[in-house]
Amino acid sequence: MIEPSATPMLDLRARPSWRSTKNVIMCGVMVGAFVLVAIPLVAVLWSVISRGAGTAFSGFPAFFTKEIPNISRLPGPGMGPAIVGTLLVTLGATLIAVPLGILGAVYLHEYGRESKFSRLVRFMSVVMTGVPSIVMGLFVYVIWTMRFGYSAFGGSIAMACLMLPIVIGSTEQMLQLVPPHLREAAYALGTTKSRTILTVVLPAALPGIVSGSLLAVARAAGETAPLLFTIGAATQFNTHLFGGANNALSAQIFINANSSFAGAQDRAWGAALTLVLLTFAITMIARVFTARVAMKR
Amino acid sequence: MVDANPATESREQREPKPRPNGPSFVTDLRPSMIAMLESAPVVFDLSHVEVFYGAFRAVRDVNMKIHKNQITAFIGPSGCGKTTVLRSFNRMHDVIPGARVAGEVKYHGVNLYGPEVSPTEVRRRIGMVFQKPNPFPKSIYDNIAFGPRVNGVRDKAKLDEIVEKSLRSAALWDEVKDRLHGSALGMSGGQQQRLCIARTIAVEPEVVLMDEPCSALDPIATARVEDLMRELKDHYTIVIVTHNMQQAARVSERTAFFTAELDKKSEQRTGLLVEYDFTSKIFANPRDERTENYITGRFG
Repeated sequence: MIEPSATPMLDLRARPSWRSTKNVIMCGVMVGAFVLVAIPLVAVLWSVISRGAGTAFSGFPAFFTKEIPNISRLPGPGMGPAIVGTLLVTLGATLIAVPLGILGAVYLHEYGRESKFSRLVRFMSVVMTGVPSIVMGLFVYVIWTMRFGYSAFGGSIAMACLMLPIVIGSTEQMLQLVPPHLREAAYALGTTKSRTILTVVLPAALPGIVSGSLLAVARAAGETAPLLFTIGAATQFNTHLFGGANNALSAQIFINANSSFAGAQDRAWGAALTLVLLTFAITMIARVFTARVAMKR
Repeated sequence: MVDANPATESREQREPKPRPNGPSFVTDLRPSMIAMLESAPVVFDLSHVEVFYGAFRAVRDVNMKIHKNQITAFIGPSGCGKTTVLRSFNRMHDVIPGARVAGEVKYHGVNLYGPEVSPTEVRRRIGMVFQKPNPFPKSIYDNIAFGPRVNGVRDKAKLDEIVEKSLRSAALWDEVKDRLHGSALGMSGGQQQRLCIARTIAVEPEVVLMDEPCSALDPIATARVEDLMRELKDHYTIVIVTHNMQQAARVSERTAFFTAELDKKSEQRTGLLVEYDFTSKIFANPRDERTENYITGRFG
């Protein structure tokens, strides 16, 4: 019998080394970078909530339902028409950009692949991402607003131009992530290409496509520049997509924040908070939907 | 001694036939058997088949005949073109950009690569089971019903019938009948592979191509898939690619040995068919030295 104490205790503790020191340093750098990124985010949220909450929620829900005061120096609530306008413009933009974008991405990824035409389209789509939003607004002003006047739909077109490349890009990425063996399985059963895309590829990519599209929606909802000269500045409710001047939260923030009257400035902060909440809601819906669909599998 | 596992016991009651302990045909090559195997109709007739990926010639000059209701096994070292040849049987190369098949693959006398031939029609008749189980991220039921639906079956009762029949032929029905509408991704690897086999036979193909169907499975699941192949043989013609020589010996009537050789001109390794014969012949008495070296483990 060997005495257990005869063998020395095995030492499995980490040895002090430059590698572990480096590890600690890099962890510190990364935490620092995160804090640095989080500071502006928290600061923005804090200033919007602290200055906007009073206006937005005093006499709830007056701020969200009342019309905008005709004379901007008057204090008091009213962002209803702008909320309706933002929702309307965004809805119109989504209806244009999401189907077009998904169809475009399906073409690029499934049919065009690396052909000259699809490379050109892909390149143009990337260029389109870089076009300043005010240029899009100007473009729509010239082709639409000068002919048909102010309307929510004009804003929708401008916004759709901004969303389209985002939807195309994210959808194509999602299609790339669909495992090739799923396509093979469908082909091996005698499924045609179009049917494979409709019944296997798109359902598999759906959660990603939906969240990508909704993120594009959330981003576009906050755009100001393309709306400035396409939708007008109505102070009353207008629920028509095509007819007459409308309004939007982002445009209201711009106009009211430029005003020298305290009442208008308060409304700008209230509108800012409303817009943040709205985009937050859209993003949350995107997340919840994606999680639901993902869980089903 | 512990008591026998009740689950194993009930399975053995269901399938009473004894499992063969080794190669079934090595010792059994009577003239009557040869005559029977020889007289089977030819399903595939390959002449001078070559497969290219872009400029790279992956396989050269394959000539062989595949016979009806028999299991033909492709063996050989990695990179010798077994899978490549298998995929030329149902035009699966069409979906790979740059892949091209030269020579003739005749299916019941019709050249599969003729100008009028539709790949989807070909694949409806010639199904394929892949190396990695690849169920769709749908329910078990929808996986099986996918093919019939594609072929226009809409009737719910008919679909139910096809699903049950296919799952029964894949020896999977009793395991999944209570969760047909649960996700197929929740099954074990062996079950997923049998589901893929069930999905393939749900469209009633004539031929089932299997590309290393057991390489991702444990020995028990492998044995079940092999049992399944023997049962399916009565209705289907099966071609199986395998890295497992014992498997080829256990299940197949005929075996083709492929290898890869350095092409002097292009300095690339190109696959070729070395020897194709009855499995018993290949394993007991191969004609070619390369075959003998491979099956005795001296090479590959």
